[in-house]
Amino acid sequence: MDHKSHTKALHNAYIRSLKKEKYWVRFYQLVIFLIFFSGWEIASRNKWIDPLIFSSPSKVWELFLIKVQDGTLFFDLGFTLSETILGFILGTLLGTILAAILWWSPFLSKILDPYLVILNSMPKVALGPILIVALGPSFTSIVAMGTIISVIITTIVVYTSFREVDPNYIKVLQTFGGTRFQIFKEAILPSSFPVIISTLKVNVGLSWVGVIVGEFLVASKGLGYMIIYGFQVFNFTLVMLSLLVIAVLATIMYQAVEFLEKKLIKNN
Amino acid sequence: MTFLKVQDIHHTYFTKSNAVTALSNISLQVNEGEFISFLGPSGCGKTTLLSIIAGLFQPTEGRVELEGKQVATLKSEIGYMLQQDYLFPWKTIEENILLGLKINHHLDEEKKAYAKDLLMQMGLSDVESLYPKQLSGGMRQRVALVRTLATEPKLLMLDEPFSALDYQTKLHLENLVSDTLKSFGKTAILVTHDIGEAIAMSDRIYLFAPSPGKIHKVFEIPEELRECSPFDTRNHPMNAEIFQTIWKEMESLGSQESHKSTP
Ligand SMILES: Nc1ncnc2c1ncn2[C@@H]1O[C@H](COP(=O)(O)OP(=O)(O)OP(=O)(O)O)[C@@H](O)[C@H]1O
Ligand SMILES: [Mg+2]
Repeated sequence: MDHKSHTKALHNAYIRSLKKEKYWVRFYQLVIFLIFFSGWEIASRNKWIDPLIFSSPSKVWELFLIKVQDGTLFFDLGFTLSETILGFILGTLLGTILAAILWWSPFLSKILDPYLVILNSMPKVALGPILIVALGPSFTSIVAMGTIISVIITTIVVYTSFREVDPNYIKVLQTFGGTRFQIFKEAILPSSFPVIISTLKVNVGLSWVGVIVGEFLVASKGLGYMIIYGFQVFNFTLVMLSLLVIAVLATIMYQAVEFLEKKLIKNN
Repeated sequence: MTFLKVQDIHHTYFTKSNAVTALSNISLQVNEGEFISFLGPSGCGKTTLLSIIAGLFQPTEGRVELEGKQVATLKSEIGYMLQQDYLFPWKTIEENILLGLKINHHLDEEKKAYAKDLLMQMGLSDVESLYPKQLSGGMRQRVALVRTLATEPKLLMLDEPFSALDYQTKLHLENLVSDTLKSFGKTAILVTHDIGEAIAMSDRIYLFAPSPGKIHKVFEIPEELRECSPFDTRNHPMNAEIFQTIWKEMESLGSQESHKSTP
């Protein structure tokens, strides 16, 4: 009994030490945050850095409040966010569907192999001007940019994982007379879920790149447009605001995917 | 009455670099309700033969008939339990044991109840909602067996089902499987490396020789031993003698394998 209570005391001490560490980690994270923004503010006020180029947190905040009040921020933000989410979903979905088609027909996959390699090594944003000419300078071509940047890599990664499924699971289904579709549904797809989810995480970042570059090229609204416009009229407060908003949104999207991951693959 | 007829099977695996003849000139017949063992060193084509009997692929030459019909057309009548359990880790035990019925579209309440009942008979209650990784190796093996039996196959094939288990679990499962199969009057083929296990479980033993795989010798197990449970057979006075005979025969094959079991 005595021994038991001793173990319990040690365990409690251990839990306390963990909590304490977590507390310190949070503390230093906050310190870095404060130092960065106050340092930025002070350096800008004292003209150690050019306030015209680097702006300052207070100016960014002021602009933020103005743009929240007149609603223009949410307008631009909504535009860019919907493009990014659409591009992200399309990229992942199309990539997975393409991977399924390649898995379905090994012959086709052999034929397409070199083309996939070429498309994958190609810098996709370089296709921007062509997309714009083909689809028009619009929402569609920006979404296409957000999609095209992630679709090929998704195809390759997911297809590789489809092929690496232990053939014995397929054999089990075949002994029950499973069709190719049943094999895909019961073995191939579920065992590739972890890989598909991890490509989702990569695709979040890629879609932002595609959409922002797309907006640089054509848009007359959106966060990417805010950056380009701010740059052209030398309003760097606008550029900084846009960057900060993008950072926050991208982080939220990433967290959402992580949450999804925890929900979906708790059993693997 | 011949239930399963394997006739002049030859099988060669072709790869880019070579052609491996895994089986040559295999013929055998199994009657309904018999329990047969394939015994032989690693690489002598036992798994290949089971796959062919299961209709998973066509042999290069020869035919396999179950009740006079070519097997490729009647997959659901043959249950095949692979060398490991291969339970699907993302499915619960319940989903795993119902997989076969789901695949061949026979899943109804009656069959479901039957599968759950089998699970109980195997000494596994209250595991339906668990995931495979939460079970021990022996339990998983039993679940895999239930999954195979749930589709009520006429012919059951077991590929080294007990080789990864500890000795005690293995003895226990041997009895369980033997009882279960006897009570359903199922025909079965067991693949094993273990002479003792082959004697304990079967009515007849086919000893395979390697490169290329062929049937080296056939041993009939005396009536007296057949009637004993696997555990009692292992302790039967006649067991040692048969074990010696088969052991010598295997030695003469110059097998590269060491055999784990003692009589
Ligand atoms: N898919 C394959 N492609 C090429 N060769 C194969 C293939 N499967 C098996 N072989 C070869 O065929 C021979 C027989 O293999 P098989 O798996 O049937 O042996 P086994 O008797 O089941 O062995 P073990 O007791 O180790 O399971 C081996 O030489 C093996 O290398
Ligand atoms: Mg084998």
